[in-house]
Amino acid sequence: MKLETKYLGLKLKNPIVPSAGPLSKEIDDIKKMEDCEAAAVVLYSLFEEQIEHESFELYHHTTVHANSHAEATNYFPDAGNYTTGPDEYLEHIKKAKDAVEIPIIASLNGKLLGGWTEYAKKIEQAGADALELNIYKIAADVNKSGSDIEKTYIEIVKAVTSTVKIPVAVKLSPYFSSMSWMANQIVEAGAKGLVLFNRFYQPDIDLEKLEVVPNVVLSTPEMIRLRVRWIAILRDNIKADLAATGGVYTEKDILKLIMSGAQVTQMLSALLKFGIEHIKEVLTKLIYWGEEHEYESLDQMRGSICYKNVTDPSQFERANYMNVLNSYK
Amino acid sequence: MERKKVTIDGNEAAAYTAYHINEVIAIYPITPSSNMGEWTDAWSANGMKNIWNDVPSVTEMQSEGGASGAVHGALQNGALTTTFTSSQGLLLMIPNMFKIAGELTSTVFNIAARSIAAQALSIFGDHSDVMAARSTGFAMLSSNSVQEIMDMALIAQASTLESRIPFIHFFDGFRSSHEVKKIEQLSLDDMREMIDDELVLAHRGRAMSPDNPFIRGTAQNPDVFFQARETVNPFYIKCPEIVQKQMDKFAKIVGRKYHLFDYVGAPDAERITIIMGSGAEAVEETVEYLTSQQEKVGMLKVRLYRPFSIEHFINALPKTVKTITVLDRTKEPGANGEPMYLDVVNAITERFMEGNLPFEFPKIIGGRYGLSSKEFTPAMIKGIYDEMKKEKPKNHFTIGIMDDVTNTSLDYNPEFSIEPEETFRGKFYGLGADGTVGANKNSIKIIGEGTDYFAQGYFVYDSKKSGSTTISHLRFGPKEIKSTYLIDRANFIACHQTVFIEKFDMLEDAIEGATFLLNTQVPKEKVWDSLPHKVQSDLIKKKMNLYIIDAYKVAQATGMGARINTIMQTCFFAISNIFKKEKAIELIKSSIKKTYGSKGDKIVEMNFAAVDQTIENLFKVDIPEKVTNKAVDTNTVSENAPEFVRKVTARMIEGKGDSLKVSQMPNDGTYMTGTTKWEKRNIALEVPVWDPDVCIQCNKCVIVCPHATIRAKVYTEDQLKDAPKDFKYMKFKAKDYGEDLLYSLQVAVEDCTGCKICVDVCPAKNKSETRLKAINMHEQLPLRETERKNWDFFLSIPELDRTKVNMTKVKDSQFLEPLFEFSGACSGCGETPYVKLVSQMFGDRTLVANATGCSSIYGGNLPTTPWSANKDGRGPSWNNSLFEDNAEFGLGFRLAIDKHIEHAETLLKTYSNELGSELIENILNNKQKNEADIYEQRGYVDILNKKLKDLLGSASGQKNKDINQLISLSNYLVKKSVWIMGGDGWAYDIGYGGLDHVLASGKNVNVLVLDTEVYSNTGGQMSKATPRAAVAKFAAAGKPGAKKDLGMMAMSYGNVYVAKVALGANDTQTVRAFIEAEAYDGPSLIIAYSHCIAHGINMGLAMHNQKAAVDSGYWQLYRYNPELVKENKNPFKLESKGLKIPFKDFAYMETRYKMLTKSHPERAKQLMIEAQNDVNEKWNMYQQMNSFKPLTEEKSEEKEEVKK
Repeated sequence: MKLETKYLGLKLKNPIVPSAGPLSKEIDDIKKMEDCEAAAVVLYSLFEEQIEHESFELYHHTTVHANSHAEATNYFPDAGNYTTGPDEYLEHIKKAKDAVEIPIIASLNGKLLGGWTEYAKKIEQAGADALELNIYKIAADVNKSGSDIEKTYIEIVKAVTSTVKIPVAVKLSPYFSSMSWMANQIVEAGAKGLVLFNRFYQPDIDLEKLEVVPNVVLSTPEMIRLRVRWIAILRDNIKADLAATGGVYTEKDILKLIMSGAQVTQMLSALLKFGIEHIKEVLTKLIYWGEEHEYESLDQMRGSICYKNVTDPSQFERANYMNVLNSYK
Repeated sequence: MERKKVTIDGNEAAAYTAYHINEVIAIYPITPSSNMGEWTDAWSANGMKNIWNDVPSVTEMQSEGGASGAVHGALQNGALTTTFTSSQGLLLMIPNMFKIAGELTSTVFNIAARSIAAQALSIFGDHSDVMAARSTGFAMLSSNSVQEIMDMALIAQASTLESRIPFIHFFDGFRSSHEVKKIEQLSLDDMREMIDDELVLAHRGRAMSPDNPFIRGTAQNPDVFFQARETVNPFYIKCPEIVQKQMDKFAKIVGRKYHLFDYVGAPDAERITIIMGSGAEAVEETVEYLTSQQEKVGMLKVRLYRPFSIEHFINALPKTVKTITVLDRTKEPGANGEPMYLDVVNAITERFMEGNLPFEFPKIIGGRYGLSSKEFTPAMIKGIYDEMKKEKPKNHFTIGIMDDVTNTSLDYNPEFSIEPEETFRGKFYGLGADGTVGANKNSIKIIGEGTDYFAQGYFVYDSKKSGSTTISHLRFGPKEIKSTYLIDRANFIACHQTVFIEKFDMLEDAIEGATFLLNTQVPKEKVWDSLPHKVQSDLIKKKMNLYIIDAYKVAQATGMGARINTIMQTCFFAISNIFKKEKAIELIKSSIKKTYGSKGDKIVEMNFAAVDQTIENLFKVDIPEKVTNKAVDTNTVSENAPEFVRKVTARMIEGKGDSLKVSQMPNDGTYMTGTTKWEKRNIALEVPVWDPDVCIQCNKCVIVCPHATIRAKVYTEDQLKDAPKDFKYMKFKAKDYGEDLLYSLQVAVEDCTGCKICVDVCPAKNKSETRLKAINMHEQLPLRETERKNWDFFLSIPELDRTKVNMTKVKDSQFLEPLFEFSGACSGCGETPYVKLVSQMFGDRTLVANATGCSSIYGGNLPTTPWSANKDGRGPSWNNSLFEDNAEFGLGFRLAIDKHIEHAETLLKTYSNELGSELIENILNNKQKNEADIYEQRGYVDILNKKLKDLLGSASGQKNKDINQLISLSNYLVKKSVWIMGGDGWAYDIGYGGLDHVLASGKNVNVLVLDTEVYSNTGGQMSKATPRAAVAKFAAAGKPGAKKDLGMMAMSYGNVYVAKVALGANDTQTVRAFIEAEAYDGPSLIIAYSHCIAHGINMGLAMHNQKAAVDSGYWQLYRYNPELVKENKNPFKLESKGLKIPFKDFAYMETRYKMLTKSHPERAKQLMIEAQNDVNEKWNMYQQMNSFKPLTEEKSEEKEEVKK
């Protein structure tokens, strides 16, 4: 079975792409991903806020006590130039490009509009093959309407896509009133792909300390169902490549997502859990399944069970909800 | 040739020249010379090359003794080598200096001259250090200004190479080393022309080499030593001519002319002063003024002080001279005069005796001035010239003080001033943490480098490390500035912190028409009424201009936080009209880019925004015609304070210590303790407020409080009868001290520094609103009056009976009264909680030997000191000897105490019949293992003293003498606890040899190492306690080696109690370690993790850093108690879990580690791997130690086996 896949105009040897996360922080791990047949790599995200924070921290701590006591002009040596901007990330892109043949997709999480475009440009200049925008906003402001927030998303996408020439994908959350409308707006704004879906890490509460604590939980296989639904719905309604992320563990998950209409399937939790070698294993099983079921290529099955191609499209809509409820009886 | 103009301080000027003409630099940090070493280290790390296109190597040593040894060794091996030092540092170099000079070795030591500690330490400037090195055989060349420092450093090097005499090149600490001035920078070509490469090769040719072997440094006998010592004479004879030749050569190359003695003044002067150092600048300025008034005065600047050329000296004096005053910036008690005075008397007498004195024998008087940077002003100088007019001028006088004891001081008119009108003179009052000094240094650079003006900046700091006040003195103008004294006639005064207008009479120094810039949150319309009476009155009387800005608001809006530096700097430029507005903004922004560019674009943008928003928030306020506020008389200290505090200490607190007379000062450096409580600093904007409804009475807030400003008491209800109505209390939850007791937690809001550590460690949370705890921060001002009353009442509640307190519990230990309170340590200091703990547990019987460093500054720097006494008048007795000898100093305490005890016991036994054998046995047999025993012993000794006094009446002869002896020694029969305290710079580096010896002595001393892992007091230089991968000065690229394991070294003796503690990780373990260490009858060593501002952390959250350091396994908690061996137990007990988090998770909480990832990312990664390996290996080793079975244990097991 042929596995070749096109995503964001990039020719990929298969649909498995490690998604943005800590595994891409080391060049050796990126090489390992390539060795294990990953088709491309989405690098960990560059967070503008973090860059700013680190820069402020460095500024604050190296200057706050300077010139405040007769015996010490300051408390730190002048170490010359600091790499306080995105330089480390950009250098990482360059190193990754030099180290592997597979496409390198950078991931960006900006703060202000100027930051999004500035860093996107720098990422392009560093040699990234594509850019994934990781727009992560919690709508906590009671004075901001849904449309205000949607506008912000669209503005960011427009600004970035008009700044860079490399293809841009946008990683979205499913929490829009009208997911389809929003997806379409993002694509209209210039996105070449949508990555569905971003998982917002949910905080936990430590009952002993009475504190809110971060609690990173790996995705679970059942999460792909949400992705299946929306990829199936959007597949023929928008002009962009769709990537699935969140809950992809096995070849069966991949098959379901591809059949729904995904171009690529991104994996992270599975790799964190089972190791990078897991890609190879899943790929082998994917080929085995395809050949056993006499598929010639992935393209043949891609979108075969999407909204348009199923007997009863309402299965992807509310009727599906009712069926689920009834299935409990 | 046009040379670059730079605006730099004296240290940078010296370092710049020295760096470019040397190959090897070995240094050790000491104020005020530390910056010289730091500059050269930074340049070396950045690959800057010397005139031979080579990068000099810079090595930090373990002491100045070590540095001079390394210098000596490098010189003996042909490298051009230098060092920088001051004060005690120079003293430690003296042995090597004799050797270096004796071997005729070319080198220049650059010295920022500083007082030598006598009745007290002082970091400030005078010549007592260089004068102490007079006999070493080094030539001595003095610089009087920043420009001269750069020039003379080169002339000295050229001269030493030609003469083979080593040189001390010295200049005044602080006044010259820290004065920022616009100067002409020497080019590398200038240096190449001055330094003769053939002489360099000759120097190298004298190096030791196995290819051309010889021996140097032999031992000689009475037959030849003397003759050999005299062989150097020709070199010293030639030296002055060589120096003058090099000065002439310099003049040809650079244009500035210098002579061994430079005369300034009337050609027919009759009254002449002779002086060297920065004071010469002020004298020159005054002489110029006086000669313009047709006075026949002159002055001679001494440049080459050793070898002293009588010929050059006599020739430099005008033939009209009638009276000479020699001004020495040093004191030699017991001498017939200070050194330069004696040199001058001798020079003139010798010439007179030879019959070729070219003028009549003048009157020669000598005087002392400027000790420890005491001001030396034109008014004082005029006073000296006036004295010289007298028929019998006072000899051996002092100037600048009021000596009402031996009446040495000269009177002068302080109103006399010669500040030129055209010179801008600005004073800026700021807080250490608000960036005022940095901004002013920057402004001086902008003005110096952006205009043709001459510019000068000098900065005065108070001695506190938290809430410190800074006063910047800025001068600039078209006329050369020689005013080496503080501004007391200002035409611009800026108050960067609103609270200062209440604290300082800052407009006292304003001249008529001066401008006052005030940072205030009060709006323009209301600001007048917010000003105190004196300020209003001065503004009107002196017809001043008033400008205001709310810099806090602008800082907040632009993300600057508490840093108002850029904003106030912009105001200054906007008002002073030095540049047009646009030009000023352009220059400030360009300077911001230069200063902060490396820290990231966002920082630059933030500062730019602050500049832009400043102008629109700066307002001129019209001065009304009438004063609207009444004058309020306030006392600096409470009227309940002791007389000394009211009359002496209060003047120092007010910044008026200069007005104190000699008779008011103790003559042997002895001061009363417990004076910080009288200095209500009110520096915290927010203070903790207790919520009894939430409190669980754990007392964790009390133990962590660095300033002893939060305290707990348990008491009976009847104590409340006079309580203020707002005094808070709750039922005491435990029954350890009886039924129905009350518990109060009280904050001294006027002494609190607002660090928030107490709030951070509070484990109790409000059940309905979890953001609140049992203590929460609130604005201080509205609470001040109420809490002052509450605090006073709280202090009146009796302390718990110490004998009943279970000290092993953290909670209970914190009911003990701290006898170390309200120190000037940094807000959130990591050291002081340990120091305070010692004072709580053992303070009433403690003697403290304190190594120089942070702890000696916050522990013993005037005006007020924190060590205090309890209601019985007992408390720690404290002393600081030196940096390097602290362990030995403390051992001396023990030796004396032991001797006193032995003597007392002998006498006691001798008079057992008279005193009663039961009493004597009680005294001698009391082991004094706990508080109850000690209390009991005090009772016995009281009875003993009473009996002894009774006996005195009936006794006579030897018996009477013995009883008197015993009375003077009897208090030693109560256990004394010797604590030897200091930082890691002392314990790991400079004092390690002594510490090791003291630990090996087996004597009962307790050593507390406050380990901040850097030299904190002098600005974060690397010590051997600095961990691998951390950045510190002299380890800008991260320390490559692992931290020295001091605890392991001490444990190797087997009979030393050793504990490693971290209060933030395990307070119980800390408390127990202190108890055990003190109880152990032998040497004890506690190594205490002390977070520090030099770590680049949020000090309010620092206990988390301590915990993380322990959780990572980097900082192991353990106790090694040799007593356990006697019980067949493993003496070592590992008490932390370790390796719970990777080392980097701890390290990257701190800027000292994290900054390396931004400056040297690859190296940071590598060092982090190595640092993790260190942790793993060390942890593995300690775990194995934890499972060791002592030999005795094995033996006993064997015995068991045999029995079976």
